[in-house]
Amino acid sequence: MDFELSEEQQAIRDSVLKLCTRFDDAYWLEKDRHGGFPVEFHAAIAQAGWLGIAMPEAYGGAGLGITEAAILLEAVAESGAGMSGASAIHMNIFGLQPVVVFGTAEQKARMLPPLIAGAEKACFAVTEPNIGLNTTALMTRAEKHGDRYVVNGEKIWISTAQVADKMLLLARTTPRADVKRKTDGLTLFYTSFRRGEGVEVREIEKLGRKAVDSNMLFINGLEIPEADRIGAEGDGFKSILHGMNPERILIAAEAVGIGRAALRKAAAYAKERVVFDRPIGQNQGIAHPLARCWMDVEAAYLMVLRAADAYDRGKECGVEANSAKYLAAEAAFHACETAVMTLGGMGYAKEYHVERYLRESLIPRIAPISPHMIMNFIAERVLGLPKSY
Amino acid sequence: MKIVVTVKLVPDPNAEKKIDAGSKRLVRTGIETVLNPYDEYAIEGALKIKESLGGDTTVTIFSMAPAASKEVLRKALAMGADDAVLLTDPALEGSDVRGTAYAMAQGIKQTGFDLVICGGLADDGSTGGVPGALAEYLGVPGFTNCRQVEVAGGTLKVQRETDSGYQVVSGPLPALVSVTMAIGEPRYASLKGIMGAKKKSIATLALAALSVDGAVGGDGAKTEVRAVAAPPVREKARVVEAPDGAAGARAIFDLLKEKKLV
Ligand SMILES: Cc1cc2nc3c(=O)[nH]c(=O)nc-3n(C[C@H](O)[C@H](O)[C@H](O)COP(=O)(O)OP(=O)(O)OC[C@H]3O[C@@H](n4cnc5c(N)ncnc54)[C@H](O)[C@@H]3O)c2cc1C
Ligand SMILES: Cc1cc2nc3c(=O)[nH]c(=O)nc-3n(C[C@H](O)[C@H](O)[C@H](O)COP(=O)(O)OP(=O)(O)OC[C@H]3O[C@@H](n4cnc5c(N)ncnc54)[C@H](O)[C@@H]3O)c2cc1C
Repeated sequence: MDFELSEEQQAIRDSVLKLCTRFDDAYWLEKDRHGGFPVEFHAAIAQAGWLGIAMPEAYGGAGLGITEAAILLEAVAESGAGMSGASAIHMNIFGLQPVVVFGTAEQKARMLPPLIAGAEKACFAVTEPNIGLNTTALMTRAEKHGDRYVVNGEKIWISTAQVADKMLLLARTTPRADVKRKTDGLTLFYTSFRRGEGVEVREIEKLGRKAVDSNMLFINGLEIPEADRIGAEGDGFKSILHGMNPERILIAAEAVGIGRAALRKAAAYAKERVVFDRPIGQNQGIAHPLARCWMDVEAAYLMVLRAADAYDRGKECGVEANSAKYLAAEAAFHACETAVMTLGGMGYAKEYHVERYLRESLIPRIAPISPHMIMNFIAERVLGLPKSY
Repeated sequence: MKIVVTVKLVPDPNAEKKIDAGSKRLVRTGIETVLNPYDEYAIEGALKIKESLGGDTTVTIFSMAPAASKEVLRKALAMGADDAVLLTDPALEGSDVRGTAYAMAQGIKQTGFDLVICGGLADDGSTGGVPGALAEYLGVPGFTNCRQVEVAGGTLKVQRETDSGYQVVSGPLPALVSVTMAIGEPRYASLKGIMGAKKKSIATLALAALSVDGAVGGDGAKTEVRAVAAPPVREKARVVEAPDGAAGARAIFDLLKEKKLV
């Protein structure tokens, strides 16, 4: 058992934090106010090679694990970039794992290098408006016509679809009525798309993370060449399952980062702000909640690293990955809330940044899976309780 | 061309520091060791020259430090240096500027060099004395406080920062330069750099391998730290309240007059 980061992992953390100093609080505040994808940040991360951290070396990646990717994304969020920074690169770092695992050699050579180089951006289109968390019930249809599929349906919340060149899309190829198991008959595609050509992309106004768009997708006759199908027809659910645990681990790491950022700001303010002739942080009513939040965030990070380590060793990690995502998201949210309360009135001012963190900290709570579903999962899988839904 | 960059390993500049009352030395235990921040600029300067010359130009990091800090040098390799040499020997402990520069010179002669690049100042010792002494012991011209360094056709052309501007100076190689922060922001290590650094070598040199005559370390020190004191605490600022600008200006003027500054 070794709880230390290796030299190399520490170097990754240091170097990412250093790169992020070029994108300071003022940069992210401006992005939060006026929106606009953080292109400069995405480019800097791509240029330094970070997008390929967990991608195979043969395609221009570094061949490292989800642990290193988690360290990277945690550092990005911790730098003050929060979810605005993390979400701008998140999908491009591990989202294409299904292509790595199930793609053909031709597909990998075609799809991975441009993503790693930052020349292309990808979005991940799974969630639908009418089915929610019940993913296998999704209704977007892909019908085969010769050597292409024609897709019709609706997707919701699809992040970065305003700037992405590529889409990882899950659609039903065989109607649910014609398959034995509900997980059958879904197929995964990784394909180019252009806004306005078979896909209408409409941005959703939302609470936070204005710089990284989330959208409604109206897919109407989008044509996808058969060469862009990942894995066998009907095996799509199996393919995306492969990327789910890593995605939870990464989003958990991002939550830890935002929690740390909030606590850093809060502690600094509590040391400096003098009221009633003493720093407010001298009052235990201010200090103790911050201390408790610190413990919660750091304990969650241990679960994140534990889950990542298990994944990298090729072990089953569903319980740890889900627990990490739950613990980190809740801890981060409470850390951000406590930070706002620590700053008092200033906590509510944009200029002090913690209200932005608070708004962004709700994202890892809600997505990609809700806390309720994680508790359902733990109750059923770990505690052996009857399934409730 | 072979460039050697001298890099001191120093306690984290952001950490709170204590001086041991007995030895009058900085207490280093419990503080992370990092690359001397000024030396990161020296590395940046060296990498820029390497990029401009291309070909078989190499950058070697040279440090004199305790053996335990060896791995810290990997950070310099991750930035893009080719290899590193650590001069380490218990007998070097307690070296003063002269001893440090002398021992380093013997080590650097053994390593071989066309150009030595130093930082301007060590964050801990802060004498700024090593580069000049090192040039002397190496027997090469020394160019200090350079904001720009160019190598072309075996000659060196530098811009030396002065109080009022800069001087353009040139000279032959081999030579030594020390650089200022104007040389350019140190690059951060890329992922490829970090991965590549794993495979680069960090050689260690002990005194026995060098031709060193005379004492080094504490015994050879010609200077002695007599006393260490914290800088005087600044007086609390006086706040002057004034009803308007003119009265404020008057109050400031009176104060300056009282201090005999006008
Ligand atoms: C900012 C943001 C970005 C996103 N980006 C993407 C993206 O890029 N790609 C993508 O595909 N999706 C994305 N999503 C979607 C996200 O994954 C979903 O919002 C999330 O999975 C929840 O689904 P839903 O909104 O349909 O909730 P619903 O399924 O409608 O659930 C609503 C609530 O009911 C609860 N609930 C439902 N069933 C049960 C039950 N059986 N027991 C207990 N509670 C239950 C849920 O926990 C939840 O709180 C994003 C969402 C957000 C907010
Ligand atoms: C008040 C005081 C306290 C001291 N305490 C200690 C102590 O606790 N421990 C201790 O070991 N020494 C200590 N020293 C001793 C020592 O004299 C200097 O640290 C050493 O001689 C180098 O001088 P400098 O640090 O001032 O370097 P500077 O002359 O300021 O350094 C300029 C440049 O020279 C190069 N350089 C300097 N030293 C090295 C090195 N070792 N390896 C590679 N490159 C180098 C770097 O490029 C650096 O940027 C102390 C000195 C003083 C004045």
